[in-house]
Amino acid sequence: MIQVTGLSKKYANYVAVDNITFSVDKGDIVGFLGPNGAGKTTTMRVLTGFMPPTAGKVTVGGYDVFEQPFEVKKHIGYLPEAPPLYPEMSVVDYLTFVARLKGIPNAEVADRVQQAMKKCSVADVTTKLISKLSKGYRQRVGLAQAIVHNPDVLILDEPTSGLDPKQILETRDLIKGLAGDHTVILSTHILPEVEAICKKVIIINKGKLVKTDSVENLKNRAAFMIELNTRGSADEVAVRQKLEQVVSVSKVVDRESTTSGRLAFDVEGLAGSDVRPDVARAVVQAGWNLLEMKSSTTLEEVFIELTGADQVAPESVTAGEEQL
Amino acid sequence: MRNVWTICRRELYSYFVSPIAWVLLTLFAFLSGWFAWLSSSYFVQDTMASQMRGQAVPMSVNEMVIAPLFGNIAVIGLFLIPLISMRLFAEEKRQGTIELLITSPVTDLEVVIGKWLAAVLMYASLLAVLAFDISFLFIYGSPDWKPVVSGFAGLLLQGAALLAFGAFISTLTKNQIVAGAIGFGLALLLWIINWATSLGDSTAIRIVSYLSIVSHMESFSRGVIDTKDLIYYLSMIFLGLFLTTRSLESLRWRA
Repeated sequence: MIQVTGLSKKYANYVAVDNITFSVDKGDIVGFLGPNGAGKTTTMRVLTGFMPPTAGKVTVGGYDVFEQPFEVKKHIGYLPEAPPLYPEMSVVDYLTFVARLKGIPNAEVADRVQQAMKKCSVADVTTKLISKLSKGYRQRVGLAQAIVHNPDVLILDEPTSGLDPKQILETRDLIKGLAGDHTVILSTHILPEVEAICKKVIIINKGKLVKTDSVENLKNRAAFMIELNTRGSADEVAVRQKLEQVVSVSKVVDRESTTSGRLAFDVEGLAGSDVRPDVARAVVQAGWNLLEMKSSTTLEEVFIELTGADQVAPESVTAGEEQL
Repeated sequence: MRNVWTICRRELYSYFVSPIAWVLLTLFAFLSGWFAWLSSSYFVQDTMASQMRGQAVPMSVNEMVIAPLFGNIAVIGLFLIPLISMRLFAEEKRQGTIELLITSPVTDLEVVIGKWLAAVLMYASLLAVLAFDISFLFIYGSPDWKPVVSGFAGLLLQGAALLAFGAFISTLTKNQIVAGAIGFGLALLLWIINWATSLGDSTAIRIVSYLSIVSHMESFSRGVIDTKDLIYYLSMIFLGLFLTTRSLESLRWRA
């Protein structure tokens, strides 16, 4: 449904998105995941035709975003990070305007507006001015705006940001309910959200694509953290080399140790293999003390591992709190 | 065409549901009423004075009341028009609703024309107040109606041209006040630019004074529709809308 090939977007002096390639199948719900400033909004803006890419090709439903923007725009519903609402309008007038703007025939406009309001549960505030609505209602009106023309593709930029926990759960249910008829891409930096809604995850960091995989696969990755003490008999480099020699180990990354004298690494095995026993044996045979082995099974840890822990840590903490 | 009307309608909705339209209408009602009363009072005074002197000069309501009134309103327009146009795009940019417009299946030109048309209609509603003032002259006198019609046409054209430029200025900023200030500065400049004519009659000065927006109103308010003036206004409208469309297009590259 959506095909992005070699997409780059450069602003005056920095690269926001750097050579990203991914595709999304019809009916999928895809989470677009990355820390703030990773390039999520920029990518979404290119997908919706809001801004042209510096390089690369984007097609939605077979239409090129840049060459046939009209066709693409008819098939996309877009909720920007700040819902594009006119505060002086009433909900029903606003949605009627959007429906007309999206090219819905006059005879169908009223019907579509009613449906969208019902789906997004804003039917109880139809005649209220948008400026008088609470944040949660505004977000839902924003969502109603995105689905009013029944688009094939829904692009939602941080649809749950700024909502209270109850509203977050409601919005997630709403989005899940929309899948099937619509292909959904939603961006977020909240990991539990991806686990809760999405089937597939696209992780980007600093404008680069880090990983595209299903949520299931990511959680089942054979990756773990190992902490050991060599009692001064070997340094970090020697230990890493030793670990890398173990059969089926694909990647070893240094990790900052919590206690001095200990060395810590992230070890990743080839898909489908469990390398933990072999690694443990290798460590013991080398005469080092194996202190801890812990597999990173939550998406959160996978994410931190993939995007670099330092800058993401505080955010994932708040994300965890929001889940409560 | 439907898209233009959709956008125009929403824009008018915003004018009339917010205080802007009502503040402008009230302000304009007072100002135009004041000038209408003033120029008709002068006329009455002059008529009585000449009758006292025994002169039976046939005095024209058109020349002595309506033409100066149109002149005054043209100048008031310079002050009010930036207030109409300043929000057109600046507000959309500030609110983020510009993302909705740009990602909808409408062309930039449709957006520009829709918004400009709404601003012109808003301005026309001010002129309706003036028409009400002038209708009294028809009740108590019998002025020629043709100069009145051409005068309104002139005011409308002048307004439409300034609004096109105001729309362009509004695309350049997120801040309504900045858009209003620049618009006002430009309107003022286009008015006073022909004051240079007193300095002589060189080609440069003639070109500069041709650019002046108010001087083209004069023949309209006297009932003369000069092709030169018509072309001036139409080309100003065209240029203003062209710049607005281009600026809106470039927003995607700059945003």
